[in-house]
Amino acid sequence: MEMKIKGRAIFIGIVMVVCLLGIIGFPKNFQELKDNVRSRIRMGLDLKGGTHLVLQVQVEDAVNITADQVLERLQDELKAKNIPYADVQKADDTQVQPPKHRIVVKGVPQEKAGDLQTLSSEQFSDWELSRMPGDATSWMLALKTTAAANIRNQALLQSMNTIRNRVDQLGVTEPTIAEYGQRDFELVVQLPGVDDPSRVKDIIQSTALLELKIVQDGPISSRESALAAHGGVLPPDTQLLPGSGPNGEAWYVVNRVAAVTGRDLSGAEPSHDVNGRPSVNFTLTRDGAARFGRVTGANVGKQLAIVLDNRVYDAPVIQSQISDRGEITGPFTPQKVQDLALVLRSGALPASIIYLSEETVGPSLGADSIRHGVVACIVGFVAIMAFMLIYYRGAGINADLALVFNLIILIAALGYFGAVLTLPGIAGVILTVGMGVDSNVLIFERIREELRLGKAVGAAVAGGFEHAFVTIIDTHVTTIVSAAILFTFGTGPIRGFAVTLTIGLLANLFTSVFVSRVIFDYVLSRREKGAELSI
Amino acid sequence: MEFFHEPKIDWMGIKWYFIALSLALAAAGLISMAVKKGLAYGIDFRGGTVVNVKFSKAPNLDTIRSELDRQNLRGATIQGYGVPSNHEVIVGLDLKTTASSEALDQGKRAIVTALSGLFGQGQAGKLDFNNSSPQTVSDHLVAADPLGLSSKGYDSATKAYGDLAEAVINFRNSPPRSGLISDFQELSSVPGANAGVIATLKNDFYLSNFAVKNTEIVGPKVGGDLRRQAVYVTLAGLGAMLVYIWFRFELSYGVAAVVATFHDVIITLGFFSLLHKEISLTVIAALLTLVGYSMNDTIVVFDRIRENVRLNKREDFVGLINRSINQTLSRTILTSGLTFLAVLSLFLFGGEVIHGFSFALVVGVIIGTYSSIFIASPIVVFFQKRWPGSSAAARPKTYAREAVPARR
Repeated sequence: MEMKIKGRAIFIGIVMVVCLLGIIGFPKNFQELKDNVRSRIRMGLDLKGGTHLVLQVQVEDAVNITADQVLERLQDELKAKNIPYADVQKADDTQVQPPKHRIVVKGVPQEKAGDLQTLSSEQFSDWELSRMPGDATSWMLALKTTAAANIRNQALLQSMNTIRNRVDQLGVTEPTIAEYGQRDFELVVQLPGVDDPSRVKDIIQSTALLELKIVQDGPISSRESALAAHGGVLPPDTQLLPGSGPNGEAWYVVNRVAAVTGRDLSGAEPSHDVNGRPSVNFTLTRDGAARFGRVTGANVGKQLAIVLDNRVYDAPVIQSQISDRGEITGPFTPQKVQDLALVLRSGALPASIIYLSEETVGPSLGADSIRHGVVACIVGFVAIMAFMLIYYRGAGINADLALVFNLIILIAALGYFGAVLTLPGIAGVILTVGMGVDSNVLIFERIREELRLGKAVGAAVAGGFEHAFVTIIDTHVTTIVSAAILFTFGTGPIRGFAVTLTIGLLANLFTSVFVSRVIFDYVLSRREKGAELSI
Repeated sequence: MEFFHEPKIDWMGIKWYFIALSLALAAAGLISMAVKKGLAYGIDFRGGTVVNVKFSKAPNLDTIRSELDRQNLRGATIQGYGVPSNHEVIVGLDLKTTASSEALDQGKRAIVTALSGLFGQGQAGKLDFNNSSPQTVSDHLVAADPLGLSSKGYDSATKAYGDLAEAVINFRNSPPRSGLISDFQELSSVPGANAGVIATLKNDFYLSNFAVKNTEIVGPKVGGDLRRQAVYVTLAGLGAMLVYIWFRFELSYGVAAVVATFHDVIITLGFFSLLHKEISLTVIAALLTLVGYSMNDTIVVFDRIRENVRLNKREDFVGLINRSINQTLSRTILTSGLTFLAVLSLFLFGGEVIHGFSFALVVGVIIGTYSSIFIASPIVVFFQKRWPGSSAAARPKTYAREAVPARR
């Protein structure tokens, strides 16, 4: 008996030491102890202050861009393969969710149908070719559902990476960027310590799509006169973009295909131009530089439009061949130039972003919450412990120890899993404490009952534990089952509640059933024969 | 020490009084919800903007209101928050005022602009110290270098000023200041903040009479999603518990436990409606806690009923239920009392932020305990009378415990 208790006590001791070290680490002094505890018990934004953003990536943008590129490539390929056609157009069905992306090719002669089918299966494998009903010369290319889903998921992942890059470069400590919910392409961005989110939000949101395009005509003072200058129809493969010229608004007719884009950048730095105005200097990758050199070499004397997010910022004349570097100037403030360089470095977003919610907890409110919460918890805790001691005397020590152990295990486990303590999480802790107390009360009341029936002390303790055990298992499993449901289907705060609750209840099973029993057995083994049990 | 010594209360004999009370409470709550056209949801469910502002002295709410009107923020709710001596005010805008998705925070910006006009008294080129982050303060200290640290290298200087800025802002945020100082000299009690540092701050910053403590902006989509999710997930959780209890006890016990728990949620929500309290996300967390607590309490009673049914198969069922409740009464009162102590302490000392949360728990612990006795148990009796064959007594299952029979 003696040995068995010793073995179990050593096991409990090891568990407690491991948990304690998990919380405090190996501190050399008090300051280090505080730092360790602070880094291991991570507080949620509602407790320590910061900004919490929920945003949605408009992934359909990315699918549209892909479809546009395919449309252009299809026209090129049809010409290259000598397949005549009357018209190629997008015919998306936006009535359904998610939208279906389709391209309709009209006027393909019957004898070229085979060539078109070969082209489609060889070059456009993500698309499905079918005849338009009732028209032997018209065909439809539809983007396969799996391919579209793939593009959407890629856009979400790429957005996440880009946002993470940007937030990291801003120097926010310990940001969280994660998917939010299982569908709808939502992301949650948590920025601890940021209490004025407007700049961060602008930086996250800026698409920063940089394109360098050859100008065919411009600047022209208005959209109408630009169109009129070309007889109402733009030359093929060009587009009309707005910008600002020396006399206010200006429009440029530029090539649809960019010479280089933001993807070809290898770096971007804030700088000043020759006139001392703030500017961004960029360098190109080897690939990009080769292409840029080729295009600028062939277009000396023409203008080069620097297009950012479909707006022309500058259109300098190409003096000579340029290869690997360039400069963006415009009406920028120094701050704006810094931010622009940052977003260009971090890569473009594949799709635009809209913000769904924003919460900023000021640090003083967070501090208030923590202080109040700590005071309330200590008062509640001390009251419960004192009561248990008064009501159950000796056995009360037992219950109090079990409760303290329970909390230590819970906190250590939260740290171990990297869980974040939030207000709903604290709700989980409260339920844990309630059920922990309940387990002890159940056991003790049962032991008292057995004693009233005239059982010997040892038998009463054994009987009490056995009877209460079934009840404790039932209550705990029921609650853990529902916590599992909350964890599986819930998001954010509901999950936080489920995590702390589950960990707490598992810890509780250990402390109230196992630890408490060992203490009882120890007390019984030291007891003189016939003495009463303090309960 | 012992409160109850083998009580012999005829619980099932007095059940109708309490069922009537439950029905009355539930009806009052439901009528209140119907009259008010649903519950008052917090900003996290309804969508909109809430800004929590602290002022250095009691603000005139009417002045704020007319200034907001002038900024075209009609229909803003302005109310005091917490204890009046804190001078805290909550300004709320609903979605109609802050609709566009491009600028989610336009409502917040307008509120801050309006307040700056009223309480800012800013000087050109200076920043508001009471609404600045440690980062901003640190940047200004590094630029001015009042401690002459630049000789020690950029990194160590930045680190030193970063720590100092954090200490200064922490000092500003801790009570009794709680986010607002009215004179830069107050900062002299911060270690490291010597006259030079204070002079730098005075030079670069001014002190407004308000500080934005908290902002919450929720777009329409997130709010609706959260509300649906909270309801579905709670129902799924209840369903899972029903299945588990069915498996461990009987279907009738499962139904009884779920009905009792549902009853608790309805009555607690009724109290929120009657007392004009808002349902926020933290209240939902409290309701989930309440569901867990109520279920726990009910199962303890059921477990005793099951045990007694197996030991005394011939005993009158109503008497057996009364005896089971009496046997567990001491435990029920103790556990509920202690849990109540804990949540009461939260309610009294936990602060304004979790007021709704702790209120739901205070109500919930009482209702959850009471419903195990007066709602769950009578339902089991009802099923037993209606379909006597389906009780646990009719087909005893084998349980691990029966291997070690505990004789009475």
